[in-house]
Amino acid sequence: MVWLPLDTWIVVIGALCAMACALPGCFLVLRKMSMMGDAISHAVLPGLAIAFLVTGSRASFGMFIGAAIVGVITAVFTQWISSFGKVDRGASMGIVFTTLFALGLLLIVQAADHVDLDPGCVLYGAIELTPLDTTMTIGRLAIPRAAVVLATVLLINMAIIISFFKELQISAFDPALATTMGINATLMHYLLMSMVAVTTVASFEAVGSIIVIAMLIAPAATAYLLTDRLSVMLVISAVAAILSSALGHLSALTVPRLFGFESTNTSGMMAGATGLLFGFAWILAPRYGLLSRWFHRKNLLAEDPTVTGE
Amino acid sequence: MNAPTHPPSVPLAIDDLTVAYHRKPVLWDVDLDIPEGKLVGIVGPNGAGKSTLIKACLELIPKASGHVTIYGQPYRKQRSLVGYVPQRESVDWDFPVSALDVVAMGTYRKLGWLRPVAKEQKELACHALDRLGVAHLANRQISQLSGGQQQRVFLARALVQDAQLYFMDEPFAAVDAATERAIVTLLHELKDQGKTCLVVHHDLATVAQYFDWVVLLNMRVVKAGPTEEIFTKENLKDTYGGRLALLEEAGQRLRYAGIPGSYPGNPGRSQ
Repeated sequence: MVWLPLDTWIVVIGALCAMACALPGCFLVLRKMSMMGDAISHAVLPGLAIAFLVTGSRASFGMFIGAAIVGVITAVFTQWISSFGKVDRGASMGIVFTTLFALGLLLIVQAADHVDLDPGCVLYGAIELTPLDTTMTIGRLAIPRAAVVLATVLLINMAIIISFFKELQISAFDPALATTMGINATLMHYLLMSMVAVTTVASFEAVGSIIVIAMLIAPAATAYLLTDRLSVMLVISAVAAILSSALGHLSALTVPRLFGFESTNTSGMMAGATGLLFGFAWILAPRYGLLSRWFHRKNLLAEDPTVTGE
Repeated sequence: MNAPTHPPSVPLAIDDLTVAYHRKPVLWDVDLDIPEGKLVGIVGPNGAGKSTLIKACLELIPKASGHVTIYGQPYRKQRSLVGYVPQRESVDWDFPVSALDVVAMGTYRKLGWLRPVAKEQKELACHALDRLGVAHLANRQISQLSGGQQQRVFLARALVQDAQLYFMDEPFAAVDAATERAIVTLLHELKDQGKTCLVVHHDLATVAQYFDWVVLLNMRVVKAGPTEEIFTKENLKDTYGGRLALLEEAGQRLRYAGIPGSYPGNPGRSQ
């Protein structure tokens, strides 16, 4: 295996992307809205496509705006359909995002003949190619555009979460109380949805619009098992995000060799790595892990023979 | 229609309040004037709209019609005078916060946007936990608390809100006897400070003992006034509706005469 500067960039871009996703992802997990991340990441597709057709460029600011608008529209429509149509929120989410996703795919396929926007790339990303597209140089170091974009989004997400930490926390934990205190829980909900939408757009080039759901949810779910504090959970999710990027790229280079293949898709392996990390946390977490619960129960039984099982 | 005027000495005045879910009215033409410094019990059968009344006052659900006036002004202008204790089941107790974090949430309004919780707010929160006798649990994650302890944390949070008018949704629901006493003590302390508390309550056996004012509610206000005048068998029969009342009461008694400290649901995060 040869490690090139290119590989370092892939890991850095993957880590920036996974961290940017993990932070708002923590709030999605805590609000039991994990699938909202999935819905938004799919539904932004028509926003991307339309913005792309209008501006004619993949790197445009217009794409962020287009996707952010459609992301928030998804959240609004989901709310509307479930309250006016008297259907479950999951069902209305299913209606909204599949419709928008289909619309987006149609637009892309229709446009694919004349423009350089490939559905496969949109769905799975092309992280291996991102380091080639450099935008600026610091000294002799050429910085890939994706790194700049994702670092900016990560910084924005960090700034929002640090500034509005207590507002996001109370809106997620007790929206009714938040509202009575003049903290508009609905507004915070849409702020979170905008964050998810913008992050998804920034990430889709690196990991695509399907795998981004793993980045939004898996590091956050892993962190949830490892701590009892929201602030610590955010930090752990970021660490899990970095680990999954490094682990993902390494295994994309090495694992296929074991089976006689060349190498495989890094973003897919990153998603696999997040699943692996979650598996470790699920088994080994100090308090909520499988082993610790098992030992705890065994100790209880040993101390007090009248306690049976649960 | 213009909002009727009420003197600023009346903590809560409700005029012609109607609330509907999906066009089906839940509260119908409610008129109420709550006097200052009273412990007010809101009593009525299941589905009578007790929680709905509180939520409509706090603008958590839309009103079909009517006005709510708090100390002579609309609610929106008086938020800082109002404290709210939601039902314990309304939040996710597996949320990664400590008891102290939850209590500190009561200070958020005074703290304002963009300012983090500092030492001062934590001290306030600690003091409130201490008043409810659970200061030793401050750093516990909230799923590790018993139902009664969780309710005390909620009340401590209401205390740090430092409001004049409190809305409490079933604070006595499924708590242990010690917690029940702690809540009663707290209610009396609040009353002694001239504060007004509206408490949704379901245990008819303790109404006369805990509250000096009652609102008998069943979609509309059946009767409201001082407990000794209003809390009569005759009025209760009107509220709970003839034979239904017996069934309801029997059911309530069965439910709450059970094992002390037992509570339904919320098994917490298993360890």
